Order: sequence, then C-alpha cells, then structure tokens
Amino acid sequence: MIIKNAETILSVHNLVASIDGTQILKGFDITVKAGEIHAIMGPNGSGKSTFSKVLAGHPSYKVDGGTLEFKGQSLMDLEPDERAKLGIFLGFQYPVEVPGVTNGSFLRLAYNTVQGARGKDELDPLEFDDFIQSKLSLLGMDASFLERSLNDGFSGGEKKRNEILQMAILEPTLAILDETDSGLDIDALRVIANGVNTLHGDSDAVVLVTHYQRLLNYIEPDFIHVVDGGRVIKTGDKSLAHELESRGYEWVLDENRSKAA
Amino acid sequence: MSTAIDNILNQPYKAGFHTEIETDSMARGLSEDVIRTISSKKNEPDWLLEFRLNAYRHWLTMTEPKWPNVTYPKIDFQDIIYYSAPKSKTTKKSMDEVDPELLKTFEKLGIPMNERAALAGVAVDVVFDSVSVTTTYKEKLAEYGIIFCSFSEAVRDHPDLIKKYLGSVVPYTDNFYSALNSAVFTDGSFCYIPKGVKCPMDLSTYFRINTQDSGQFERTLIVAEEGSQVCYLEGCTAPQFDTNQLHAAVVELIALDDADIKYSTVQNWYAGDENGVGGIFNFVTKRGLCKGKNSKISWTQVETGSAVTWKYPSCVLLGDNSVGEFYSVALTNHMQQADTGTKMFHIGKNTRSRIISKGISAGKSNNSYRGLVKVSPKADGARNYSQCDSMLIGDLSCANTFPYIEVANKSATVEHEASTSKIGEEQLFYFLSRGIGSEEAVSMIINGFVRDVFMHLPMEFAVEATKLLGLKLEGSVG
Ligand SMILES: Nc1ncnc2c1ncn2[C@@H]1O[C@H](COP(=O)(O)OP(=O)(O)O)[C@@H](O)[C@H]1O
Ligand SMILES: [Mg+2]
Repeated sequence: MIIKNAETILSVHNLVASIDGTQILKGFDITVKAGEIHAIMGPNGSGKSTFSKVLAGHPSYKVDGGTLEFKGQSLMDLEPDERAKLGIFLGFQYPVEVPGVTNGSFLRLAYNTVQGARGKDELDPLEFDDFIQSKLSLLGMDASFLERSLNDGFSGGEKKRNEILQMAILEPTLAILDETDSGLDIDALRVIANGVNTLHGDSDAVVLVTHYQRLLNYIEPDFIHVVDGGRVIKTGDKSLAHELESRGYEWVLDENRSKAA
Repeated sequence: MSTAIDNILNQPYKAGFHTEIETDSMARGLSEDVIRTISSKKNEPDWLLEFRLNAYRHWLTMTEPKWPNVTYPKIDFQDIIYYSAPKSKTTKKSMDEVDPELLKTFEKLGIPMNERAALAGVAVDVVFDSVSVTTTYKEKLAEYGIIFCSFSEAVRDHPDLIKKYLGSVVPYTDNFYSALNSAVFTDGSFCYIPKGVKCPMDLSTYFRINTQDSGQFERTLIVAEEGSQVCYLEGCTAPQFDTNQLHAAVVELIALDDADIKYSTVQNWYAGDENGVGGIFNFVTKRGLCKGKNSKISWTQVETGSAVTWKYPSCVLLGDNSVGEFYSVALTNHMQQADTGTKMFHIGKNTRSRIISKGISAGKSNNSYRGLVKVSPKADGARNYSQCDSMLIGDLSCANTFPYIEVANKSATVEHEASTSKIGEEQLFYFLSRGIGSEEAVSMIINGFVRDVFMHLPMEFAVEATKLLGLKLEGSVG
C-alpha cells in the first residue's frame, strides 16, 4: 500500500555490479518505501537474482559504482549478516541444502541472532517451539519440518515454504523474494501468497522478483519494474501489471530498444 | 569470505607445551641390546623378552608400507629414543607421590585425575612418554574383579592373562609398525572385565608424548569375558616440536560370548604447524576380535591431530551373530595427511558391521578414507552398511575414498554409500543472510556433518570433541 510521506526503506541509484569481471548490473535504480510492495520482472538472465544477491551482500559480487542505502544508511561496507540484522531478508531462488543441521536449530539460531541484534530476548528451545507453531500453521507446514535437515531432500515447494517461514520468524523490514513463486502448484502459491500478505504491514516493504504475472494475482504490487540488461527500463503502477498480463513484456523491451536507438 | 574460513582454521595448538621434568632416557637407536635394556629396566619375564626379540628380528626383514595415500620424509629408526620415563624413586602408591610438574601438565591438559576424576566418575590411566604414571580407581574396580592397570603392572601381576592374549589379535608379524611396537613397546594399559560384569564406570587412558625425539610405542589390551561390558576412552596430546615424533601403538580388543566393548578415541596429537613442520607420525594398529557369539565391538574415533595419520581400527567378526561398528570423524587442516578407515572381516554366520566415516579436509590437507569389508565363504547372512562422507573446506584441500569390498558368500548384503560436499560460499552466504556469523555457521555445519558419529561418543567426550573441532577449525572459514 502506498502511504503518503512513508519512510524510504531502500534507495538504489545507478548501481553497477559485476561477477568474475563481467558487469551484470549496469545502472540499477529503485526506491522502496514503507508499506509498499514492488515487483521486479524481466526476462531470464536480465539480472534480477544478481540484484537480490548484491542487496543481501553476496561476496562473489563486486559493486563498481552507484549507491545502495537502507533507511538512509549505506550498505556498501556491511557484511551479509550485518544486513540481515538490520532487517534485510532475501528469499532465495535456490535455497541450499545443509545435511545434518536440523531446520529447527537453524531457525532458532537465526531468530535468536537477529532478535539479539534488536536488543530483544532470546528464546530457549521450548519457548521457540511455542513461538513457531503459529508461523508453521500460517504456511500450512507440519511441525515435523523442524526435525528435518535444513532444505535437505525438501521438494521445491517445501523449500519455498521454508523460505517464507524464515521471513515469518525474522520479521524483516525489507524482504526481497527471488522467484518464490516458481515451481509451485496453485495451492502452494495461494498459501505462500497468503503468508506474505499476512506478514506485510505498514512499516515494512516487500520486493517480489518474478518473471510470471501469476504471483501478482495473489499479491498485489504497488509498483512494477521491468528489468533488462541489468537496469530498470520501465516502472509503472498496478495497471502495468495488467498490461503486461495481456500483452506480455516483450513490447516494453522493444520500446526501450527503440528509445535507445 | 575465505579469510573467515582461515581465521577459524588457524587456531594455535593448545596442548603444545613441554614439561621440564627429569627423565631417564636411553640413547637413540635400536638394537637387540636396546630391547634387552628396556626389558630389564622393566624386570620383565623371559618369555616377554623372547616375544620382543622375535618381533624385532621379524621387523628387520620388513619394509615400511608404501600403499597409504600419504607422503612424509623417510624415518630414521636409529635416530629415535625408544625409552624415556619421568625419573622417580619407586612405584607410586597415591597421586600425592606423583611429580608435581607432571600433575601440572595433566592439569593444563584438562585431564580428569584426582578429584576431577572422581567427579567425572572416570578411571584414568595416564601414559607419559613411555611409562604409565598412575591409574586411579583401581580399588573400586577391584571390587568388581575388574583389572585396570598399566601394561607393566599387568605383566608383573597378571602374567598369565598377558601371555594368553598379547599378540593374539595383532600378531607382531601383522605389519611393519606392529612388529616395531612389539619389539620396543614400553607401557600402555591393560583392562580385564570378568564374566558377566558390566564395568560401572568408563575407563580412560591419556597418552602424552613429552620428550623431543622420543617415540611412543604403547600397547593396549582389553579382554571382555562372557557377557561383560566396558566402555573405554583414549585421549592423546603432545608438545609442539619442530621435529617429527613417531607414535606406533598397538591396541588389541577381545570380546568373548555376549561381551560388548566400546572403544572411543579423541586423538589430538600435535599436527605440525601450518607449513607442515613438526608433528606426530601416528601409525597405529587397532584391532578387535569378536571371538564369542553375539559379541560386539564398537570403535568410535575423532581424529584431529598428527601430521600423518595411518590407522584402521578393525573388527574380526569370528563369533556367530557378532557385531562390529566403526564411527569415525577425521579432520585434517593445513598440511595434515590422514589415511584412515576400518576393516571388517565377516567370518561367523549372521555377522553384522556398520561403518560411518566422516572426513573433513581444510587448508591444504589430504584426507583419505580406506576401508575393507571382507565376507568369507562361511559367513552366511553377513550384512554390512557403509557410509563415507567427505566435507571439503576451502579450495585447496583434498578428500579421497578407497572402499574395498570382497564378498565370497552369496547370502551376504553389502551396502556402500558415499558423498562429498563442500562448505562453500553458497552455504555460508545462506547462513549469513539469516544473520548468523561465519564462525557459528561453520561450526553448525560441521556439527551437523559429524552428528551421526558424535552421538556414539560418551557425553563428556562428545562435548570435548565438539570443542576440539571448533578449535581446530577456528579461523578457517571466512
Ligand atoms: N559467474 C558469472 N560470470 C559471468 N556471468 C554470470 C555469472 N553468474 C551469472 N552470470 C550472468 O549474469 C546474468 C544475470 O543473471 P541473473 O541475475 O541470475 O538473472 P535473472 O535472475 O534475471 O534470471 C546472466 O546473463 C548470467 O549468465
Ligand atoms: Mg533469477
């Protein structure tokens, strides 16, 4: 929801970033305010995941220029764990599997670390167990999830639910969800969308990265950004989503190409 | 990121101090005379001297094994001190008579002796260089008919048992290092659990090499009579020297009908520095004989130390329905090399074995699992399950798996699973992106990786081993 005079949560200007010497982001701009939901769309390979990972501080990417600010504070010199403690959350497109580490102990450590950074009390295993029950039911997950190894042998849908479960317990100020919708059947998509809608409020913001319109039927964005070649080439409101839905987004790319020519 | 991995790995060796203590050491070198001197210093019976000399003569005909996947400079066996003992008047009756310097050493190492031993409920035998310093709890154990003493005392007080079992599982002809050990071993532990007795406490031996250039050649012999049970713990450390020291031990376990022996080791010999200078060569032969029906021998090892490790705790499953287990975590860092695993010989009917091996290689280290599962023609219904997982930390370490399977009985079932994973940037980034710091992330990943093995360690040992892994890996991930 667009709120007048809301606090700016994320402000990105002319961001240039590379991996292994190849420039991927070539002047990326986006501004996100509290209460808003943004969707970043664009063809495969356009740099959507790269932007998400640069935002979260992935060490493989090098920022070559531009600014990246969270609530007015530059993120450039912050490690990924420091960014997480500030309230930035990345929902991974491909969550890694970690055999032997139980999901429950991982979630509790993450929760307690982030809570600790916010000056709040940590929860012992029993208290955490109570706390997480409501989050599990929000996402239609069984408590047995907590006993399993982190993402190990999870189906695609289970992995994505587990990402949103983490978002639910960490209560981020800015959640960037990278292709959380891909590979989900319609029921799972509904559950996850409902989860995100429930978790989202006036003081936080959500950025959905997707290249399908489908998700946007369930989570209504305030802004749509179309990305191509490592930069945002068009920004619009909800109506752009409907236009994209009926016409595809090839025309936006064409429009941009002719503008550039 | 790689600097954080480095920081976790580059933790100094905490047990690397040397105790200034007066020792009674022999000159370097090995000969029949040296062996005779060792034997006479220990007032040994003639048959034992004979055993030593036979072993020595056999050793002279042997050459060092070349097949392990390790490289190290040629060992000059004439440059080793074969006997070094803390100087003392006579045998000690109580802990008060032990050299205070020695006690301080054990205190620094956090070894539970004295009151601490009593609190922990652990009976401890401590072998310092070549001799056993003290054995606690002897009297309490004696009430149960349990014998737990130094090997030298056992030779003196229980010669029949020693004569019967010494070399019965690992004959001196077995391999180069078992022959050498049989010739020159100086002390070790002996443990005898009588029929039907469940040992009321864990028995524990700590081995410490203190003298530079001395070798340690200890011998452990555990006999579990029918229906008895014992849980045995072994720990080891050494000071930090820039020369290599040889540790060539022999451990023999014998389980009779329905007996159960659980043997756990946390090995933390000095591993050398990050450039591979110094450290222990750990060439050890450990073997258990499940002699009786329904007997069980379980090895659990946590190998974190030594410059070069070469050991294969094995089980000979002779009795019908006997069970052999091997649970291992081997961690190598810097320039360390480990070639370790197990051998399971299925001879009796319906024998079962289970192998869980977890190798962790960091730095530029080289970590190999080598295991043999052999099912003889008569071992009807034999079953084995093996799982060998390797974890690589960083880009310069190396992991290998060499499973050998020889099955000569059609009714046998042998299963082998292996995996290699890497604590890579993606795993770490996942933890970091949830606010978890890289050191905590690595320790959580490692603890998850070794969980299936650590759950077989006795509680206190598991805590110690967990701390040790953390120390060994501190600075390795970044
Ligand atoms: N290590 C790398 N070296 C060079 N190019 C890479 C590397 N990793 C990814 N890329 C390229 O970066 C571009 C953007 O990828 P990505 O951000 O994953 O796209 P999206 O998420 O929009 O599908 C792709 O063209 C991809 O090939
Ligand atoms: Mg992507």
